[in-house]
Amino acid sequence: MSTDTFLSKRNPEMTLRQKVWQINWGLVLLLCLIAGVGFAMLYSAANGSMSPWASRQMVRFGIGLTIMFIVALIDIRIWFRYAYFIYLGVLALLGAVEVMGTIGMGAQRWIDLGFIRLQPSEVMKVALILALARYFHGVASEDIGRPTFLLLPIALVLAPAALVLKQPDLGTAGMLLLAAAAVFFCAGVRWWKFALVLVGGLATVPVAWQLMHDYQKARVLTFLNPENDPLGAGYHTLQAMIGFGSGALTGKGFLQGTQSHLNFLPEKQTDFIFTMLAEEFGLVGSLALLGLYFLLMAYGFAIAFRARNQFARLLAIGLATNLFLYVSINMAMVMGIFPVVGVPLPLVSYGGTVLLTMMTAMGLVMSCYIHRDIRISRRGTAEV
Amino acid sequence: MLQKNEDNERHRAFSRRALLLGGTQALLLSGLAGRMYYLQVIEADRYKTLAEDNRINLRLLPPPRGRILDRFGLALATNRQNFRVVLVREHAGDVEKVLKALSQLMVLDEHDYKRVMREVSRKRSFVPVTVRENLTWDEVSRVEVNGPELPGVTIEMGQIRDYPFADSMSHVLGYVAAVAERDLTGDPLLELPGFRIGKNGIEQKYDLALRGAAGTSQIEVNAYGRVIRELNREEGKPGDELVLTVDGGLQTFVHQRLMGEKSASAVVMDIENGDVLALASVPSYDPNAFNIGLTVKQWNDLISDPLHPLTNKAISGLYAPGSTFKMMVAMAAQKAGIQTDYKVFCPGYVTLGRSRFHCWKRHGHGWVDMHDAIKHSCDVFFYDISRKVGIDNIAAMANQFGLGGKVGIDLNGEKGGVIPTRDWKLANIGEPWQGGETLIASIGQGFVLTTPLQLATMAARIASGKAVTPRLTRGVRAGAENQEGEGVPLPEFAPLDVSAAHLRVIREAMDAVSNSQRGTAYRARIKEEGMELAGKTGTSQVRRISMAERAAGVTKNEQLPWRRRDHALFVSFAPVHKPRYCCAVVVEHGGGGSKVAAPIARDILLETQQRDPAGRNSLPIVATSQIAESG
Repeated sequence: MSTDTFLSKRNPEMTLRQKVWQINWGLVLLLCLIAGVGFAMLYSAANGSMSPWASRQMVRFGIGLTIMFIVALIDIRIWFRYAYFIYLGVLALLGAVEVMGTIGMGAQRWIDLGFIRLQPSEVMKVALILALARYFHGVASEDIGRPTFLLLPIALVLAPAALVLKQPDLGTAGMLLLAAAAVFFCAGVRWWKFALVLVGGLATVPVAWQLMHDYQKARVLTFLNPENDPLGAGYHTLQAMIGFGSGALTGKGFLQGTQSHLNFLPEKQTDFIFTMLAEEFGLVGSLALLGLYFLLMAYGFAIAFRARNQFARLLAIGLATNLFLYVSINMAMVMGIFPVVGVPLPLVSYGGTVLLTMMTAMGLVMSCYIHRDIRISRRGTAEV
Repeated sequence: MLQKNEDNERHRAFSRRALLLGGTQALLLSGLAGRMYYLQVIEADRYKTLAEDNRINLRLLPPPRGRILDRFGLALATNRQNFRVVLVREHAGDVEKVLKALSQLMVLDEHDYKRVMREVSRKRSFVPVTVRENLTWDEVSRVEVNGPELPGVTIEMGQIRDYPFADSMSHVLGYVAAVAERDLTGDPLLELPGFRIGKNGIEQKYDLALRGAAGTSQIEVNAYGRVIRELNREEGKPGDELVLTVDGGLQTFVHQRLMGEKSASAVVMDIENGDVLALASVPSYDPNAFNIGLTVKQWNDLISDPLHPLTNKAISGLYAPGSTFKMMVAMAAQKAGIQTDYKVFCPGYVTLGRSRFHCWKRHGHGWVDMHDAIKHSCDVFFYDISRKVGIDNIAAMANQFGLGGKVGIDLNGEKGGVIPTRDWKLANIGEPWQGGETLIASIGQGFVLTTPLQLATMAARIASGKAVTPRLTRGVRAGAENQEGEGVPLPEFAPLDVSAAHLRVIREAMDAVSNSQRGTAYRARIKEEGMELAGKTGTSQVRRISMAERAAGVTKNEQLPWRRRDHALFVSFAPVHKPRYCCAVVVEHGGGGSKVAAPIARDILLETQQRDPAGRNSLPIVATSQIAESG
């Protein structure tokens, strides 16, 4: 099957103008709003200064926005076609981290490309969903029930998950598994299989515990009882909750957060940035940001429902779920109902890879929207 | 078309599952919203408090300790500026270099140097570390001048207690020292580093009043403890200024006069109001040394000194009063009906049962009446009348005059002494009273023990006929805001339950002791007209004189080792016809009362009358009852 037939003439080609016209500007506005919240908080985190975080984050967001538009305008079939290549490429990078990764924060997580410190594990979150969507697109509904058809996707999931776990990055590994599970679920994999995996997963908990680093064990233990060790590992959680709660209904005011500005908050520009927002803008502010994220996810789901091919549906649902996982794990973590696993708040936390990956993911979602009416045959041929 | 149908089917299946997934996610998000509500609304107050606790440190501002003044306003205990050099590492850069530069300007020994290096490495870089305290003014100015070469070095001012009278006042004032574990009462002031509290004397007794109330400074700190700014400041209340009854000048004189002896104490009182004008005990110590902190050796030397410089012997030294007790026996005898013309023949001893009781005069005084018996201090006369009166009557009389129990001066550590009775002996020794013991007690020996303060009180009561009680503190100095406190009434003392005529007999006899040619203290009389004193000598044995020794002739005190010599005592009041001041002197192992103690008392009473502290205007005060006692 040649590329020409794949980009079938039976699928009427959209012109670039038509595509631009199709861009979902509501989604773009939503992204800008969330990123704007991020800029404001980074400005506050630096005690009312654009440097070092806010200005750089703005530049990155600008780049991210450009990437998003490019990704969105690229035909969904191109993404379909290169899904496995992208996946394999990222997997190779992930493997490379093992070899040449530099030590940072006690865990090997990035490749220094010179202009950016690339975290392949972040990129993998998108690449895995891409690959799984491609795979399940090609599986007939009657075949889904056969265990043999699940072997390849499980391998697709476990390979990066194992590498990420080895880094070790418990949070990302968990997110990979959960996002993958969402795709499996929406692809129609039977309920009882999830139950089986769950039971199996619980059985491996003791083994996983053995493999965990001491600081990870400490974090889990601290999560289970933060007041046990208020000046040690529990300190961060406790201080975050104090910051969060003391914001009360309307907050202490922009730049007025005492917990954050007096350095009681850990990592206030990255993982704990939501605490700072909650402290300075109170329940009103934290609910507003939660609302924005909810809208963003709702967009993802709506796009999934409207798409006319299984690939786009699974891709959009997977990416929306990925966003959900980021947001809920980060918020739960800073509010003291989840262990501190180092998951940033997408588009708001300072950090290049996550921002660019997230914008790429949003570009893919938007591509699903723009190309929503394109049908792709199970074997990869497209039709109207 | 087949594929299209299949896709529709897949779409439906997908939609079901996706709705389920979305629903779950929405549910979890609302769970997060619920958590937000819980933290930011329900628990908000708790977390607000915690955030404030995090952010705000309350610093105590120690109040200046109240000064202690003498009756005329002379400062006895004040606060002096204490300069100390502190070093802040983050400004100093190279700490070793700065310390080296500092050592060019002041004495910095190896010990200081090591301590500073240790503290600097332990504390955060912005925390000041004290390099040295108690700088001289010279050192301060040298550091200030060389400021540019000493980055991170600053001079801080603190306050340190200063006792200008040094060791002549130490037994009255006591001293201040660092707070010990057992002193902690929950007052956060006590936990301030470097805070000092009263450890003895007036400093201890009125510590609460002198301490004042702490001010507070609310400061905002960051997570590392660095001070960001001061939010609020409340000034404390400085400690009260105490006005004592003591006359600083007289105290110095008394102390100087006693310094001629190894170990002695004296009390001078105003017999009208009980004001203690001087209270001295030698040897003594310099309370300033306690401020700076004693070395272990200095402390051990003080503790192990056989002369007990830390003990205030005027209130806690217990001595057999010797013949000074005879006035009590005489008063009890008169009350029991023995007339002044009652005479006893003194052959130099009396015999009771198989024991022989000697008079101090080997060959006896011949026929003596009460007046002469006091004047010559004849022991046999008192042996005789004491047998007639009985120990219990003597004790009751002595108690009235302030003996046998604490007189209640406002100092800690006062001793009560012993005036024995039959019951007392049964209760404390477990044996019945022996007749001979009454005889021994009648000359102030045996079980009888008194303090110099009690003896002075006795003299005051003999002179005034009233139950005079000594006091050391007049009150709190009337400041600008409590002027209405002026005119605090003088203490009123109840008259003693004794006959004025009986007292007059005693006073006249004491007059004769000093001013009649053959009185025991005639040589130590005051010759200045109108200032004559009346007194009574006392010599109390600290050893038993054996029959053999008596036969060979009693060894002279001068020939004995110091520890075995007699205590010399003298109680007195003056002027004899219009008494105002009284004085008791005890010289430990001084020898004879007339030879050693009486001349000291004479000098003191003469000086007292010439200064006449009672006749001069003293500092206005407010009511004494306002002083909080703490000990």
